[in-house]
Amino acid sequence: MSDRPKMMQRAAFGNALVELGEQNPRIVVLDADISSSLYTSQFAKRFPERHINFGVAEQNMVIGAAGLATTGLIPLACTYATFATMRACEQIRSFICYAKLNVKIVCSHGGLEVGWDGPTHQATEDVAIMRAMPNMTVVVPADAVGTSALIRQVVEHDGPVYFRMGRNPTPVIYDPGQEFKIGKALQLRDGEDVTLVAMGVMVSVALEAAELLARRGIQARLLDMHTIKPLDENALSAAAKDTPLIVTLEDHNIIGGLGAAVAEFVTANRPVPVLRIGVPDVFAESGDPLLLFNKYAMDAGSIAARVAAALKGVPYA
Amino acid sequence: MGHSMEYDPGLLATLHRQANQIRQESIRMIAAAGTGHPGGALSEADILAALYFSVLRIDPQNPHWPDRDRFILSKGHACAGLYAALALRGYFPIETLATFRRFGSILQGHPDMTKTPGVDMTTGPLGNGLGAGVGMALGARITGRKFRVFVLIGDGDAQEGCTWEASMLAGFQKLSNLVCIYDYNHSQVDGPTYEILSLDPVVEKWQAFNWAVRVIDGHDMPDILDALAWAVEHRDSPSLIVAKTIKGKGVSFMEDQAAWHGKAPNVEQAEQALKELMQEEQA
Repeated sequence: MSDRPKMMQRAAFGNALVELGEQNPRIVVLDADISSSLYTSQFAKRFPERHINFGVAEQNMVIGAAGLATTGLIPLACTYATFATMRACEQIRSFICYAKLNVKIVCSHGGLEVGWDGPTHQATEDVAIMRAMPNMTVVVPADAVGTSALIRQVVEHDGPVYFRMGRNPTPVIYDPGQEFKIGKALQLRDGEDVTLVAMGVMVSVALEAAELLARRGIQARLLDMHTIKPLDENALSAAAKDTPLIVTLEDHNIIGGLGAAVAEFVTANRPVPVLRIGVPDVFAESGDPLLLFNKYAMDAGSIAARVAAALKGVPYA
Repeated sequence: MGHSMEYDPGLLATLHRQANQIRQESIRMIAAAGTGHPGGALSEADILAALYFSVLRIDPQNPHWPDRDRFILSKGHACAGLYAALALRGYFPIETLATFRRFGSILQGHPDMTKTPGVDMTTGPLGNGLGAGVGMALGARITGRKFRVFVLIGDGDAQEGCTWEASMLAGFQKLSNLVCIYDYNHSQVDGPTYEILSLDPVVEKWQAFNWAVRVIDGHDMPDILDALAWAVEHRDSPSLIVAKTIKGKGVSFMEDQAAWHGKAPNVEQAEQALKELMQEEQA
């Protein structure tokens, strides 16, 4: 496991939100009874007049956000990924994306990384759903630094955004001064044998996998694809040109998410084999996320073995 | 019922004429398009006339004026009535109504705030207009603006759970700048509400959600004006006006007929409907 210090993305989000609230009086924060979990309670305490708790009513929170946005405010509707993207799916689609309203859907608890709460609370379809909506931008930061930097850009971006964070403390990858830009992937290492394209919490796992691959003499390029929509097509074109294999890594179903987005682009523009690593179209179960990642061969060791096998021409499994 | 205010006969005549025009234009639009929802457009016409020609503080030349009153047609399928009201009020030319539901038109099958001047909220999927109105009313509170928010809901909206989530929050937050008007025509696509899913008791339900409630005849103009005046003056809670209406009001063969929820009249039926409405206009 990584020996990097760990920090919760949610905590970084909560801290950034208070600073943003000081700077921008148009920001309003909406919660659905889990402000303590989303770390929005700090904002609520500091700016009570700009915080609204909708209670356990996610659809009402999201449609309410649409109404608030029409008055010139910038609402951040905050809850878990399953609730926002599935229970309030139509509100996001027909009243925020279709109406082009400036609402930010900010979620934690994306993916199997939720662990113990089980499949009802493990969002493994959210990115696919959000990505399929016209006018939506989808941002998935990899660590606390990325969360803090990207949420600032999300607030400044004019239009609907889906912002997805994990549940658990994750290794801090970036230095505090790292620059981020929505739509621009970050290259964390270079290599000519394979390109790993990772999203969210899988970026730090991919870093470990890349180190394991290097010990086997396989040099991997690693991209942090923190913006799933719009994709960084330049970075993907270069990867397809420079390396014979692209491997996508996501804590999400391999259907519809990062892997699908990358495969759609690559097949249409510069076909190279794409191995999609992620949740293999199943509902998982409760348990330690490390055990779940291991079960579905999403841990660093399994990833390194799968990449090495793929490079040797072993059929993808 | 006695009215708390005496209204200028000129105002009442204007509002009656505009309601009649909204009905006529709705029939023309839907017949020309060969598709649309006449029943609800006819039942809401008097309410729309009162709002657009007397109550709403709006400026058709400046549809995005930040301090304007907001109107949300939650029962978005009945948008023929809304488009007619907006055109008659001067948001766009009357001739535009002929493009209703056609390819390239600013008048979509259900309201689209990005295409139609004067439409404050995109609607159509039922049950969402009140929640959007709650957001606008909260936005007024946060930004310190004095505008009022009016939401028109129908029976279908009242059956959707989201309406009750919004109702609960509005009552709890005491959103006195929010007025909901319930076009209570007791008729939905599959038939009368009392056969499918009754909304009764309406008054008690909304009172239990901490709303002030008043029941009126939704086709009686002084009744409508009284209730709207009462609602905007009311403090400490949101207000609901239960407007008892008749689906298809003003066209004899459409009145109280669920079959006319989402069906366009053919040429003969449209001629008959317009004949009746023109007779009413002259009366």
